[in-house]
Order: sequence, then structure tokens, then C-alpha cells
Amino acid sequence: MKEIRICAGGACVAAGEFAVKGALVKALKDKGLLSEYKIIETGCMGMCSRGPFMVIDDVVYSQLNQSAVKEIVEKHLVGGQIVDKYLMKTPEGKTVEKAFKEHDFYKKQVKIVTRNLGIINPKNIDDYIERDGYKALEKVLKEMKPEEVIEEIKKSGLRGRGGAGFPTGLKWEFAAKQKSDTKYMVCNADEGDPGAFMDRAVLEGDPHAVLEGMAIAAYAIGAKKGFIYVRAEYPMAIERLRTAIKQAKERRFLGENILETDFSFDIEIRIGAGAFVCGEETALMASIMGERGQPRVRPPYPVEKGLWGKPTVINNVETLANIAWIIRNGWQEFRKYGTEKSPGTKVFALAGKVKNTGLVEVPLGITLRELIFDIGGGVPNGKKLKAVQTGGPSGGVIPASKIDTPIDYESLTALGTIMGSGGVIVLDEDDCMVDVAKFFLEFTVNESCGKCTPCREGTRTMYEILDRITKGEGTMEDIDTLEELAVVVKETSLCGLGQTAPNPVLTTLRYFRDEYIAHVKEKICPAKKCRDLISYVIDPDKCTGCTACKIVCPTKAIEGELNKVHVIHQDLCIRCGSCMDVCRFDAIYKVTPPLKVDTKV
Amino acid sequence: MVEIENKEEKFRELEKYMEEVNYDPSMLINILHKAQEIFLWLPQEVMEFIAEKLKIPKSRVRGVVTFYNFFSTKPVGKIQIKVCLGTACYVKGGDKVMERFLDELGLENPGDVTPDGMFSVHDVRCVGACSMAPVVLIGEGDFYGRMSPDKVPRLVKKYKKIAEEMKAGGKA
Repeated sequence: MKEIRICAGGACVAAGEFAVKGALVKALKDKGLLSEYKIIETGCMGMCSRGPFMVIDDVVYSQLNQSAVKEIVEKHLVGGQIVDKYLMKTPEGKTVEKAFKEHDFYKKQVKIVTRNLGIINPKNIDDYIERDGYKALEKVLKEMKPEEVIEEIKKSGLRGRGGAGFPTGLKWEFAAKQKSDTKYMVCNADEGDPGAFMDRAVLEGDPHAVLEGMAIAAYAIGAKKGFIYVRAEYPMAIERLRTAIKQAKERRFLGENILETDFSFDIEIRIGAGAFVCGEETALMASIMGERGQPRVRPPYPVEKGLWGKPTVINNVETLANIAWIIRNGWQEFRKYGTEKSPGTKVFALAGKVKNTGLVEVPLGITLRELIFDIGGGVPNGKKLKAVQTGGPSGGVIPASKIDTPIDYESLTALGTIMGSGGVIVLDEDDCMVDVAKFFLEFTVNESCGKCTPCREGTRTMYEILDRITKGEGTMEDIDTLEELAVVVKETSLCGLGQTAPNPVLTTLRYFRDEYIAHVKEKICPAKKCRDLISYVIDPDKCTGCTACKIVCPTKAIEGELNKVHVIHQDLCIRCGSCMDVCRFDAIYKVTPPLKVDTKV
Repeated sequence: MVEIENKEEKFRELEKYMEEVNYDPSMLINILHKAQEIFLWLPQEVMEFIAEKLKIPKSRVRGVVTFYNFFSTKPVGKIQIKVCLGTACYVKGGDKVMERFLDELGLENPGDVTPDGMFSVHDVRCVGACSMAPVVLIGEGDFYGRMSPDKVPRLVKKYKKIAEEMKAGGKA
């Protein structure tokens, strides 16, 4: 039977995958072809900005809707003609037939973690098994001692992909050495960094890879019970994990006496409830036990005293998805990718002001330039790259001048940011760096659990200062206080949340101090983003009097008759920017510093 | 105090779930999820009921409920509008989309409910659909990507119509 693959990743589902599938089934039925094709709904195919996708014999069709699918069935499946207009294009506008092999977005990628994404049906365990699934678990249980498994992972140099980059093999070894009748294996799937969605894609697109990784880890450390802690914001991931666990139990890859050996291991799902701090391992454990997710002092580390006081290993989703591959292919093969200190690959979520948004898996050590320009296709709308934000609220911004830096744990730390979970947000000239810092601080203020003073009070005070600066009310002294506070919060907070919360402030101060000074001294926002420091103005030479802006203005601040030049009453304008969004003649622009309120322009 | 409709039936459903998880206090968060699914929010008497059945202090239940963003101790709209304010959505103007929704529905702040009890607007952190930013979720998972403020009035109109139908159909 011939196969047709449809991407059922989060973004494609949102973009109408369900309707596309319905249209495909109907079109095949109409042509009497339904019995000849197997439709496989896969996990994320990566280039989320172009979904929904459909793949027929390596030919990739993108941005589909119902009528497109009907046309493709008629022309491609019946007529044998590739339908050009739904193919992906290069930035130069050339169509690419076999995009997954030929398009720049995919060419530099190496698929280890995402090996099955876009290929298998995540709801069907047979698809996973067919792609060598659970072979690593079988090998481990039947041919390897726990120490040998740990040795293999240690040699591979795999480091935790959740952010901190701690060597995975070493963590397992610590836990394995603990003498205890009960141990726990936990998967941290509380992907809270805004802008990161790789764990979601893996959980939804290849849940068995995570289960297999957990079972291998459990065998290595001697755990019989495991938990997956998933955030409640990912209902589809929870559903697919439930299905996967059920199937794995039926096939005896989980449960009692796995694959007829003495090893037993069971996994339970625990759902988060929207607290960012629960990604921190001690807070996560509290949450699993049904308590407020507040962190505690380490040591003791979870490998010594974790869940219910027992040794516990906590690994991130992406880390675990590497395990089976490493066992099957050997540590030497894994080390062929990446750098000496950061071997292997990393999945990044490209978002923000970049042409190709989506998920990419690349060898560590690749430069930001390659990631953003070669793979991401650069910044859209002819704008200039200003900075790159990595690591979410715990990370910092990297200025455009440093984008030739290789991406690895150490290089990013040296720049003042972190790898974090792999969210990469591209910022262009319209983004104000003070505003970006304020955005992240607002996030941390909300998410600070309140247990320790530096984080609870420090982040709030930092936020208030940033707020003043963006309103043009800051002083030079404020900037100094902000910097001082940032250092104190970083050094004295209890957990990772507080210790990294100042990074957005420290990096923007380091690379974009002049922007802070402009807000304070000249009362201007160079990026024309901060509302209190800008005005919207209509260019009389360009305005055609089409009234579009007047209609859309929520405060009726725009005056003008049809076909006559319009004006904005500055006293009524709330600077929402709706007028600028709808103007088709580029007649509305922003100025900084703001105009006096009694002006009309 | 807000009256709970079909109260007994709802409490029975909740207790059935608690029985399934053996009244295990470590399952408190999952139980609260279930309770909120049934009641839409967590009234005081629901929290007290859970505490009693799990044999744990009421303060612990309340402590957990107030700690997590997902749980609400005040009523929410029957149709909830969730505007994502994750980083990718923010840099693409999610905040302006939020403002427009509040404006169109005549609400002051996120979390407020319209006088007819039908709508509330909430900010949510990253829903992991960053490539479609800015994104909005409405009701039982209707998803709108690449939003802009000027698309808001049409959506509000659409859902107001649905709300009217719900009211007429006796579902509200």
C-alpha cells in the first residue's frame, strides 16, 4: 500500500490539518483510490510556518487547504503530475520538490531526537517498532549490565537538554550508587520557557522514544517507578502519552517483567497546573507529590533525596529522546556530531522575526548566523537583525554583531545568556531592548514563587525600574540601581529561576546600554516601541483619505473626510497602532520623542 | 455566593474520580483539574469537599489552588478567550490583541467576566504554537493564529452569536 503522510503537529493542527485530512479522504474516495493509500498522521515536520503539510513519495506539499488537497489528488495521484504551486520555495522563489532533502531549511539538520517526527504515526506503536523502536531497550535488558549502560551514556558526553547542561551519564551514576529499596525515574516535560516547543513536538510526535529512554534510564539506576510531569497547557501531548503508555504495557515494554526479564518498570503521568517554577527540579518534585511547587535548597540533590525522600533522577524530554539512539548506534557515532564539550545535536525552536519559523535539529557548535540565515531564511520584510534571544526568561539577548558565535553551552554562557531549552527568538530593529527586558521581568515577577526574598522583592523592584524607564520617567541612578540589583538577585536567589532572572537585564545593559540612556536622558525610544515615548503621525503626502484608519481606530482619534487627508488627535490617541496596521499606503509612521498632546497630525 | 447548577450531580462526578485515584493526596493537582473541568472554577465548597475526602487540611487545598495559575477561585466566563502572551506572541503584538478583546467586550482587566456571565478574557503563557504568533484560543479549543487587533471585532461578533444560541438553547 502506498503511503501519504500528513503533519499532525501542533501548528499544523492549528492551521487546519483536520479539514485537510477530511478533504483527502473524500477526494480519494471520489476517485476510488481510498483502498490503495495509507494515510499516516505524523508528528511535527518542522517548518511550522508553512503548514499544513502533505508528503507523497518524498514530494512535499505545503500550506494546504481543502481545495488544494482535491487538486493534488486529481493531478498528482490520478494524473501523475506534480502540482507546482503547492510546493515549497527557496528564498529566491525556486520551487523545491523533495523539500525535506533539498530545501535549505532541512539540509543542515541532523535528526537524532526528531528521527521519527514527520515519519511515523505517534499513535501507533507498530510504526515506532518498525523504525527500530524498543530495540535499544531489548539490547540493554538482555546484553548489558546497568554499569555498562551508564558507561555508554557517559562516554557519549550527552548533557541535559533542559537547560543546565549537566552530564546525563554522571547523574545516572550518582543515583545508581545510592543504596535504597526505592528509586524514581522522572521525565521533566514541564516545558515552560515561552518560545520553546521542542518537547511538545517530541511528546506529540514520538512519545515512545521518551518512554524507551525512561525505561533504559530506570534500568541503569535501578528504579521501578517513573513519572512524567507534563504541563497542562499541552493536552494533546498528555493524550498521546496515555495512548503510548497503554500500548507499551500491552507489548510488555513497560510493566511487570519487561520482555520476559526480571526488570519491571511502570510510568504514571502527573499534570502541572501552570507554574513556571515547576520546571525547577525540586519544585517539580513538590508538585508531583501534590503540593505547592516551591523549590528547596540543594543539597541534598534529588539523586540523593528526591521524591518521598528517595533517590530520583530527573531528565528532560529531549535528553531522554537521545538515549535509545545512542544505545543503538554507539557513543562514537553520537560524538561525530557537535563539539568536544557539547556533543550531539540540539533541537531549537525558531520564532519571532524570522522567515522560516519552526523546529530544527542541528549539530551543536553551529553558528547563530547559520541557524538564522541559512536555515531560518533571515529576517522578513527587509528589516535588519538586531538581536537574538535564547533561553527564554532565564536567558539573555545576543547582539547581531556576535552571531558568528558557535552555539554550545560554554560559548552562550560567556555571552551572558544560556542555552536553556532551546528557544530562539529573533528580534529586529522594531524591538526595543528595554521593553524586551521588561517583558521577561514581568514574566519572572508573575512566576516567582515568593519563597526567597531576593527573587520575590528583587525582581519586582527591577520590573518597576524598567517600567519607569520605558515611560520616560527613569533616571541615570535608576540604571545603576538596576544593575546592582541584578547582580544581587543572581547571586543570592534560592533556585534557578531567581538566579537566572536577571540575565535579560544584564545582557541588554551590556550590549544595548545606549538604548537605556536614550530612554532616560532624551526621553526617546530608538526602536519606537515604548508607547509613552512615541506618537503616530499621518504623512499628508501619502494619505489618500481612504478612511480605513478612521474606521479601525478604537478611540475615534482620527478625523478626516473621504478622499481628504486625515489627522490624528494626539490627545485621544492611545497608540495602539491599529491604524498603521491597516494603512495600505504607508502613510502612517511613528515619531519619538512624542508630540505634544494638543497637536493634530 | 454564586449558585452552582446541578450541584449534586457534579459532586458525584468529582467523587467518582477521587475514588478512581484511591483518594491519594499526592493526586491533589489532578483532582483539582478534574474539579475545575466539572465546575469551570473552584468554589470554596468544592475545595472544602476535596479536603474532607482526602483527609487533608483545607489550608493545603487552598494553598495549592492559589499557587497555580491554572486554577481559578472566582467564576469565569462560559466562553473563555485566552490570549497568548508568550515571547513570540508578545513581539508580534499579542498585547495589542489582548487590549482589543477587553475593549470590544467592555472589560476592564483580564479575568473579569461580562455581566451576562458569558465571556472572560485571560492571558496565557506560551502555548507552544509560536510559529503562528500571535495566537488566541477561544472556548473548547478553537484556535486562531496570526491574529491582529483588527481581526478581533469579527471574532467577538461570531462568539456573541454563539453565546446567544447557548442562552437560547438553555445551555447557559
